[in-house]
Amino acid sequence: MNIHAIRAIYLFEMARTWRTLLQSIASPVISTSLYFVVFGSAIGSRMVEIDGISYGAFIIPGLIMLMLLNESISNASFGIYMPRFSGTIYEVLSAPVSYVEIVTGYVGAAASKSIILGLLILATARLFVDFHIAHPVWMVTFLVLTAVTFSLFGFIIGVWADGFEKLQIIPMMIVTPLTFLGGTFYSVNMLPPVWQTITLFNPVVYLISGFRWSFYGVADVNVGISLGMTVLFMVLCVGVIHWIFKTGYRLKN
Amino acid sequence: MDSVISVRNLSKTYDSGFQALKQLDLDIRKGEIFALLGPNGAGKTTLISIICGIVRPTAGTVLASGFDIQQHYRAARGKIGLVPQELTTDAFETVWATVTFSRGLFGKPRNPAHIERILKDLSLWDKRNDKIMALSGGMKRRVMIAKALSHEPEILFLDEPTAGVDVELRRDMWQLVEQLRERGVTIILTTHYIQEAEELADRIGVINHGKLVLVDEKDALMQKLGKRELHVQLATPLTRIPEALSALPLTLSEDGLEITFTFDARDEQSGIAPLLRQLEDNGIEFRDLRTRESSLEDIFVHLVHESRNAETTAGRESA
Repeated sequence: MNIHAIRAIYLFEMARTWRTLLQSIASPVISTSLYFVVFGSAIGSRMVEIDGISYGAFIIPGLIMLMLLNESISNASFGIYMPRFSGTIYEVLSAPVSYVEIVTGYVGAAASKSIILGLLILATARLFVDFHIAHPVWMVTFLVLTAVTFSLFGFIIGVWADGFEKLQIIPMMIVTPLTFLGGTFYSVNMLPPVWQTITLFNPVVYLISGFRWSFYGVADVNVGISLGMTVLFMVLCVGVIHWIFKTGYRLKN
Repeated sequence: MDSVISVRNLSKTYDSGFQALKQLDLDIRKGEIFALLGPNGAGKTTLISIICGIVRPTAGTVLASGFDIQQHYRAARGKIGLVPQELTTDAFETVWATVTFSRGLFGKPRNPAHIERILKDLSLWDKRNDKIMALSGGMKRRVMIAKALSHEPEILFLDEPTAGVDVELRRDMWQLVEQLRERGVTIILTTHYIQEAEELADRIGVINHGKLVLVDEKDALMQKLGKRELHVQLATPLTRIPEALSALPLTLSEDGLEITFTFDARDEQSGIAPLLRQLEDNGIEFRDLRTRESSLEDIFVHLVHESRNAETTAGRESA
């Protein structure tokens, strides 16, 4: 195991985070605060409770997930796309590192960053609404699992993309809609039966539901299924990455 | 066996169908400076990229320091440093950060003293806290060399190290290469500047169309293929070479003012003295004499042409 290499990639990527601190951390925090001001305080005060939870508190897990998904994907995809774009990837490819080490470094850094962001958003939310966390250990587990899984997904996008446009297209066209429709702002149970069934094909539903359960002990779908789906998606991403390095797809001729 | 890199039967066909390397064999000796010459698209960069692990070979094996580059890639790659042809650097990182990163990436523990020494050797020390994008092209090239040396490699690949580099930096690089050789580092460089190979290399390999056309000691190569020429400036123009001299390998310039005599550098008797006597006997007066040794460039151009001709002939025969 080339620990020095993992450390080097990790620290290098984290340095990028600190260097672009304002953009990396401030902007998601600000935009989440805006959601809380609008949906939590302004509109939320006129909304009825959902499953016995005030609306402001109800949307917290969903909002954190929304940011976590987007940030994980964009951090990880950018992290691997930039060296490909600038050509500095040659160094990583010529180094005595295995692909597990490369992925650990890049994905680890991307996931760390989004976990930090998630916790920051959680702290910010505390300023607007009062909430409690029923299962803190599970909360952290879901947070880490989701961050890692979607950083893996972002890594795949970063390898697949051959332009900045493609880098943006999946988060914008697929992930954001799925998150909005995945129960960030409502409970799946509030939908008409047909839509409830359709919604179950949206993987993000399981993430948000499980995460919300760790906060309030209520869930749209069984928490075991949530966990299973998250792990399944993670395994899928690992499989794709394994294939990428095995075939050298877009990395090696 | 003292070869530090041994390439056997190496072939590479790209997805496009382009055959960049054709069953190439090559041995690099430990501690030598090996210059790889060849026209654009000859396969130089492909060869280097395969040895360094950036491109996958289609067939064949490569051993670096005795380790197979595919089976024991960790051991093999750890010994190798690469300075690629393109100026590819990070932009926002500092010089210090990027060089430190490289060392870690190659599995070495931190060693600020070593990085400091490299940066000082490369006159980058004053720039260590500058962002790379603020550096000039020449400075970026130095940064890339610093990165390649950060993990103390035994083998260093310099892919066109002095392309687009000013004279001063080129001199500095040559000096650096000499220093590295003294420390026992094996250096393989590709270059377009024949002068560079002539100046630095112990051995020279010429590659064309994915094949090694020739590998030899530089000195031997220069001697073996080196022709010398004697240029004789005449006092009065000649219309043609006199009958009496027609047996000699002479050519007359168009204006009739210069005779060129070609002879082999290896021959003990150059034939100059008899030639001059004969000129005098024939009443040809001359103003000046000068001899010229054919440079590596001439040899190179000659070889590349020869292999191209051989290729077309072979192509015709097989057709």
